[in-house]
Amino acid sequence: MITGIIALMIAILTFIALFAQMLIDGMPRLSWDFFTSFPSRRPESAGILSAWVGTTLVMLVTAVSAVPLGVGAGVYLEEYAPKNLFTEIIEINVTNLAGVPSIIYGLLALGLFVYQLGFGQSILAAGLALALLILPVVIVATREAIRSIPIAIREGAYALGATKWQTVSDHLLPYSSAGILTGIIIGLARAIGETAPIITIGALTFIAFLPPSPITDEFPYISFEWLTAPFTVMPIQMFNWVSRPEEAFQLNAAAAGLVLVVMTLTMNGLAIYLRYRMRKNIKW
Amino acid sequence: MQKSTEINQYKSEVKNLSFYYGTFNALKNIDMVLHDKKITALIGPSGCGKSTFLRCFNRMHDLYPGNRYEGDIMLYPDNVNILLPRVDPIEVRMRISMVFQKPNPFPKSIYENVAYGLRVRGIKQRAILDEKIEDALRNAALWDEVKDRLNDLAFNLSGGQQQRLCIARALATDPEILLFDEPTSALDPIATASIEELIADLKDKVTILIVTHNMQQAARVSDYTAYMYLGELIEFDETDTIFIKPKNKQTEDYITGRFG
Amino acid sequence: MPKELPSKKTHVGRLGYSYRRNLHERFIESILFLSALLSVVIMLAIVVMLVKESVVFFQHVSIWEFLTDTQWTPLFDDAHYGILPLVAGTVVSSVVALLVALPLGTIIAIYLSEFAPFAVREVAKPFLELLGGIPTVVYGYFALLFVTPLLQIIFPELPGFSLLSAGLVMGIMIIPYVSSMTEDAMRAVPMQLREGSYAMGATRFQTAIRVVTPAAFSGIAAAYILGISRAVGETMVVAIAAGMQPNLTWNPMEPAATITAYIVQVSLGDLPHGSVGYQTIFAAGLTLLLITLVFNIIGHLLRKRYREIY
Repeated sequence: MITGIIALMIAILTFIALFAQMLIDGMPRLSWDFFTSFPSRRPESAGILSAWVGTTLVMLVTAVSAVPLGVGAGVYLEEYAPKNLFTEIIEINVTNLAGVPSIIYGLLALGLFVYQLGFGQSILAAGLALALLILPVVIVATREAIRSIPIAIREGAYALGATKWQTVSDHLLPYSSAGILTGIIIGLARAIGETAPIITIGALTFIAFLPPSPITDEFPYISFEWLTAPFTVMPIQMFNWVSRPEEAFQLNAAAAGLVLVVMTLTMNGLAIYLRYRMRKNIKW
Repeated sequence: MQKSTEINQYKSEVKNLSFYYGTFNALKNIDMVLHDKKITALIGPSGCGKSTFLRCFNRMHDLYPGNRYEGDIMLYPDNVNILLPRVDPIEVRMRISMVFQKPNPFPKSIYENVAYGLRVRGIKQRAILDEKIEDALRNAALWDEVKDRLNDLAFNLSGGQQQRLCIARALATDPEILLFDEPTSALDPIATASIEELIADLKDKVTILIVTHNMQQAARVSDYTAYMYLGELIEFDETDTIFIKPKNKQTEDYITGRFG
Repeated sequence: MPKELPSKKTHVGRLGYSYRRNLHERFIESILFLSALLSVVIMLAIVVMLVKESVVFFQHVSIWEFLTDTQWTPLFDDAHYGILPLVAGTVVSSVVALLVALPLGTIIAIYLSEFAPFAVREVAKPFLELLGGIPTVVYGYFALLFVTPLLQIIFPELPGFSLLSAGLVMGIMIIPYVSSMTEDAMRAVPMQLREGSYAMGATRFQTAIRVVTPAAFSGIAAAYILGISRAVGETMVVAIAAGMQPNLTWNPMEPAATITAYIVQVSLGDLPHGSVGYQTIFAAGLTLLLITLVFNIIGHLLRKRYREIY
């Protein structure tokens, strides 16, 4: 009983120490300029502009590719898949993918996306690598959310003459959307903090420019040039600063870490809140 | 079409129907008819296969793997066996609707619940939807209670109202046969009475097949009654005959409460 | 199913399949199937990619040398390709991490599942989840700049990079993972078992240790094994806090590279595509994948077993 509380206290104290350390070191560096400056050789004028822009764009690629694929796979496994050996192989495989170390996804992306498919060390390659990484999270969340809908709802729809896809798209997906969204947020929160696979791709760490803007002032006003642009992301920028021996850069690392932690905590917190509300509002 | 006029008192005819859950033989060689615009009740102890039988009529068993039908359920006037593999279960369900044991409204508005069957059929025009929904809700004796809050969530209705909403939902598409699977088992006596009254009123419009575990209910609402036991149809006759002078000893024992 | 022709032996009329609707449904089902199939494709792609590059690597370096050489210096002029130093670094950092994560994770799980008041559980569980969501690079920073200086107060001879510091922080990082899976396993133990124990006069503590823990054994074992797999595959904490120099040592007080840290080190450099150096990270990756795969499969089999029991 008391050991339990002590063990819990150790976890809590570590968290407090971690947060305090970053706060003390990083807080003084957090200013408007920090967000709007490029990295620099001089620590006091370095910022995270290219990092947060890169993170945003990489996450865009990750979300756009992982969400439809993960939800589609989840729907298939839960509603369509026949009970046979092949389905079982897919299911075992999804659990196995969830346990593959993230750096291995980096190696896959390096071999496949960067070289084989010729995407280069780009936002596209990084976004796709992270998409593969969080695919199992989205699949599992989708399956669990759909599974929690009672059979009676499915039968009610079928009895009215709905097809399978109508049942899925008119009922199962809308009613499980909160659960699926929770999974997506948790997945993206994980992807945002992932460093290893992006290092493996060979992402440059010193990027003092922004990728081309997705919105242009010429027709068709939208450009995909940014997909193939070199980039950096928040955790890479932080890693870069941590590895520098000068203490001034480590202060920058703390500031970047603070921003990163606030981002992931906000996302995870949102997911936990959504789940909590869902449990309270559950109607069946 | 000539054949159908000869037997137009029948809406459906079950011929030598057997049904298997995997290897388990749940229904055995059933022969029965559904009289057009009449109410037929299925009674029998639990586990006798009455719900299984009911769910053959809208091919509900097709949703789960390993189920198998043998024999015919003829639907008139088409004169088609709806159990044929070439018959699309969706087409069957579009014409044979079902109301379940527990009210199962969708977590949508009252309006959208009733509209769903119509939307599945591709009806989009607001005017047609409005009209059909009002008709269905009136026929389900729910219109007056909900007409001012059609956009409220269906979950906010009481249990009895929810079941009437499910009936309205099933009625909105003008089905030819309406299947009821113990529709009052989850309701209190007052709600039960109003549903029974409603079912009795509906038989001018639609042929009804109802499963009930409650013999009084069968006696009160139905024109014909079938007594089932262990997957077999023991006796099928006019309700009065079944309840007053059943021909089969087993039926009599069940009716009089000596067994069951 | 194609549209019925009237000449067929029984005419099903308007009850037949609608060709268009059927096609539409099949089309959607195929797309969904392909997205599910993608997971298998990814797994195959991982294996193919790692094996393909490793095969080229093993044409340069014999498997014997790979497994027995005690030096890993692929980037030196005098190149050695012994995986042992990297494996040793991985084992030591993982053992340190597990010595922290398994006991603490288990104690927290037992406390939350058997003793904690509802309110504590409602707060502690999401808190642990949040802890598990912190990026690993942040934990790496914490290990290097907070834990190492702290440890140096106790062990003045501790170098700036050490397996000990990385392992400790990694252990803290894995606690939420172990505790939540262990707690799930313990909660799956039916209430009747506990009530039976109470009825015989056992205390809560005795029930938790003598009844619930053994009953949840395979689930707890699964949590441990998946925890091990996490520790082995963890990258950033070790890359930052344990140094990236291969060093064959079993002493946690020394700096050393793990398999993952080595991959990071190479990736940070500028190795040309197709060089032996490039291939080494795939050989190292393959080793890592095989180790984690074995743990993951055992873990999932154990998990499946406890789910079947109750």
